[in-house]
Amino acid sequence: MAEFEPRIIAFLCHWCTYTGADLAGTTRQQYPPNIRIIHLMCSGAVDSIYVLKALIDGADGVLIGGCHPGDCHYQTGNYKARRRVAILKEILRELGFSEDRIWLRWISASEGKLFADTVTRMVEELKKMGPNPMRRLWNA
Amino acid sequence: MRRLGVFICHCGVNIAGTVDVKKVAEEIGKIEDVCHSIDYIYMCSEPGQQLIREAIQEKQLEGVVVACCSPSMHENTFRKAVKTAGMNPYLCEIANIREQCSWVHQKEKEEATRKAMEIIQATLEKVRRNEELEPLAMSINRNVLVIGGGIAGMTASLDLAQGGYEVFLVEKGPALGGHMAQLSKTFPDLSPAFPNLLAKALEIVSHPKIELFCCSELEEVKGYVGNFEIIIHKKATYVDWTRCNGCARCIEVCPVEYPSSFDRELGMRKAVDFLYPNCVPKRVKVTPTQCRYFQDRSCRKCEEVCPEKAIQFDQKDERIHRKVGAIVIATGFDLFPKERLGEYGYGEIPDVIDGLAFERMLSPDGPTRGKILRPSDGRVPKEMVFIQCVASRDPDRYMPYCSRICCMYTAKQAKMYKEQVPDGQPYVFYMDIRSDGKGYEEFLQKTIEENGVLYLRGRVSRVFQEDGKVKVWGVDTLTGKGIEIGADLVVLATAIIPSEGVKELAAKLRATVDKHGFLTEAHIKLYPVESSTKGIYLAGCGQSPKDITDTVSQASATAGKIQALLSTDKLFQDPLIAYVDETVCSGCGICVEICPYEAREMDYRRGISIVHVALCQGCGACIASCPNFACELRNSSSVQTLRMVDTFI
Repeated sequence: MAEFEPRIIAFLCHWCTYTGADLAGTTRQQYPPNIRIIHLMCSGAVDSIYVLKALIDGADGVLIGGCHPGDCHYQTGNYKARRRVAILKEILRELGFSEDRIWLRWISASEGKLFADTVTRMVEELKKMGPNPMRRLWNA
Repeated sequence: MRRLGVFICHCGVNIAGTVDVKKVAEEIGKIEDVCHSIDYIYMCSEPGQQLIREAIQEKQLEGVVVACCSPSMHENTFRKAVKTAGMNPYLCEIANIREQCSWVHQKEKEEATRKAMEIIQATLEKVRRNEELEPLAMSINRNVLVIGGGIAGMTASLDLAQGGYEVFLVEKGPALGGHMAQLSKTFPDLSPAFPNLLAKALEIVSHPKIELFCCSELEEVKGYVGNFEIIIHKKATYVDWTRCNGCARCIEVCPVEYPSSFDRELGMRKAVDFLYPNCVPKRVKVTPTQCRYFQDRSCRKCEEVCPEKAIQFDQKDERIHRKVGAIVIATGFDLFPKERLGEYGYGEIPDVIDGLAFERMLSPDGPTRGKILRPSDGRVPKEMVFIQCVASRDPDRYMPYCSRICCMYTAKQAKMYKEQVPDGQPYVFYMDIRSDGKGYEEFLQKTIEENGVLYLRGRVSRVFQEDGKVKVWGVDTLTGKGIEIGADLVVLATAIIPSEGVKELAAKLRATVDKHGFLTEAHIKLYPVESSTKGIYLAGCGQSPKDITDTVSQASATAGKIQALLSTDKLFQDPLIAYVDETVCSGCGICVEICPYEAREMDYRRGISIVHVALCQGCGACIASCPNFACELRNSSSVQTLRMVDTFI
C-alpha cells in the first residue's frame, strides 16, 4: 500500500501568512505538496464552519495562518482566531477528533522559510497521527 | 451556468518547468462550464493579454481564471485587461500556481500538476459565484495632518503646502527642528546644520497654507483615508504667543535654573525659556514642573517684566478639531536611554557622553559655545575615544539593527575635534565601517588619512575612572593586541530607537510597528512610505534609522504620494466589503461589537444590523461571527469558501 499522504486545508490571512507563503515560493523553499491554500483577508474571518466542514469531509489537518500577536492588519483579527481555535479544539475533543489536527500559526509576510518548515512539520505530524477517521466512513 | 475561461501561464519555465501546463489546460477544458482553456508562455505580456481579451469577446465569457503568479503580482494587470474587453473586472480571479505551487514543489512534478489543477478548480468555484462590482467612490478632504516638526515633518509640510494643500503641522515640543536643531555640522559636506534648518522653519511659520501647532499632540482620530476627523491636544505654554515678541526679558529675570535636555544636560535653562536661543517660532514657554509660581505662587517676575503682558499663568489646554484626508507620521527618534545601558560608565562617569551631547558641545549656540571641554572640569580633552555600535548590532543584549548614521557622524566629530584640538588624539573603536551614501566613503577616507584619527577595529570591554582619566580597555582585532587608553572624554554612538509614545500613536492611527517600535511600511520595496493603513504615511526615523539626506528624500516622496492621492475628485475603494441579507439578519448585534472599525451599527427601527460602506475595511470578522450567515463579504462569501474546501477534499 502506498504511504498515507495527508491532505491539509490552509486558511491564510492576506497580509501575513498568505504573503509569507508567496515568499516561500519566491525564495524557492521546498515543502510537500499536501497543502491546499484558501486566501482570506484575515485569520479572524475563518468561520468555525470552514474548519469543521473540512475536518468532517475528511481533511487530515487544517492550518490557520495569521499575523503575529500585535501585528494584525485589522487590529485584533488574530486574537479572534486564537479564541475561536481554542473553542474549536474543545469541540474536536468532544467529537473524538485529535485536537492536533488544527494548527494555528503566526507567520509573517517575511517568514517564508517558517511557512515551508511549518507545512513540512505538519505533514510529518499528520503522517504519524494517521488518516482522519472520517475518511474511512466516507470511503465505506 | 456561466461561460468561463481559464488561461494558464507558463511564466517561461517558472511554471511550465514543473507543472504540465498542456495537461492542465486539457483537463480543465473538460469541465462543463469551461468554454475556453488555453496555455501561453507569458499571459502578462501584451500578446498574452490579447488572448484573454479575444477569448472574452469571441466566446462571450462571463468569468475568467488566470492561473499564474500570486495575485499580489498581476491581479490588477488581468482585471484591467478583462475590463478593456468589456467584462466586469471583479469576475476575473487569479489561481496562484507559481509562488504556491510550481516554485515550492520543483521536484514533484506530477503532484504539482495535480495541485495546480485543484487550485484552478477551486478558483473556478469562486468565479462561479462572483458578483459584478463597481469600485466605491468616496468624497475626499484635501487637508493633511503632519505629526512631528523635525526635518522630516517640515519637509513634507512644505512640499504639500507648495502643492497647494492645507497642512496642519503638529509638534510635541515648543519649536520646530527636532534633533536636527541640536546638530553642529552635517556630513559629508560639513555645512552647518542650523542655517539650513532655519530657512525651512521660517518658511513654514510664514506659509499661508501651513497651520503650526506647537506643544501639541494628536489626541484622537476617527475615519478613513480621505476623511479623517482629528482632535489635536494643544498644551498650555502659559504664554500668549500672539503677544510674546521673543524679547527674552522674562528669561533674564527668571530665578530658576535646571539642566537642559535640549543640551543633553550639559547646559542649563530657565523655567521660562526658549527651546533653544534662535528657535522658530521664537516664543517662550513656562515649564510648570520647574516654575516657582506653580510650586508655591512665590514668584511672578516674568509676568512683571513682560512688556507685552504675554505671561498667562491661568492658560488652559485646548482641544482643536480638524478634518484631513491623509496623515504623515514623522515622529523621529530618541537615543538609547542611559538607564537601560548598563555599561561604558554612561550615566555615571561625567566625561562619558553620547553623540548628541557632543553635537551640542560642537554647536556655536551650545552650552560651551562650540568649545570641546570635559564636562567634569572644563579642560580641553587631549585624548578622546569614540565608541561605535553602542547598543546597535548587539542582538543578544540590545538592538540587532544598524543605526546607520553613527559611522559617519563619528568620523565627522573626530575630524571636528582634530581641527579644534590639533595636538589631541582621537581614537575610534568600530566593528565595521558603513559609508554607503553619496560622498560618504570619500569623506571617511579623507578623515582617516588627513586628520590622524586612529581607527581601531574591535570592541571595548571596560570603561572606568582612574586618576582623573577615563580608562578605556579594548582590543584591536586586526593586531590581536589589547589596548588601554587613558582618555579625557569618551563619546558613545548610542543606538537610534523610535521616539517615546510612537506605539500608542500608531495604535490610534491603526498603523503597525515592528518589534523594536519602528513604524512598518506597507511593502519594504514597493510601498516604502505608506503604512499598512490607507491614508497614513511615514517619513523619517520613525520608520527606520536614517540620515538627513534619506529623511528629506523620504519626506518628499511621502508628500508626492499624498499629492497624487488628493489630486483626484473622488477616492475609489475596493468594494470587497461586508453586506447584510436583511431577510436573514436577526439583529443580534454581535457584528456591531466585533467590528474593529465601527462600521457595523444596529438599525433599531428595522431590527437589523447595517454596514457603513465607507468605514468597512473588508476584514471579515463580522462574517465569521454572524451566527446565521446573514452577513457576507462581497465575492468572498461563506458559500464560495465552503465550495473551495469541497474541491480540495
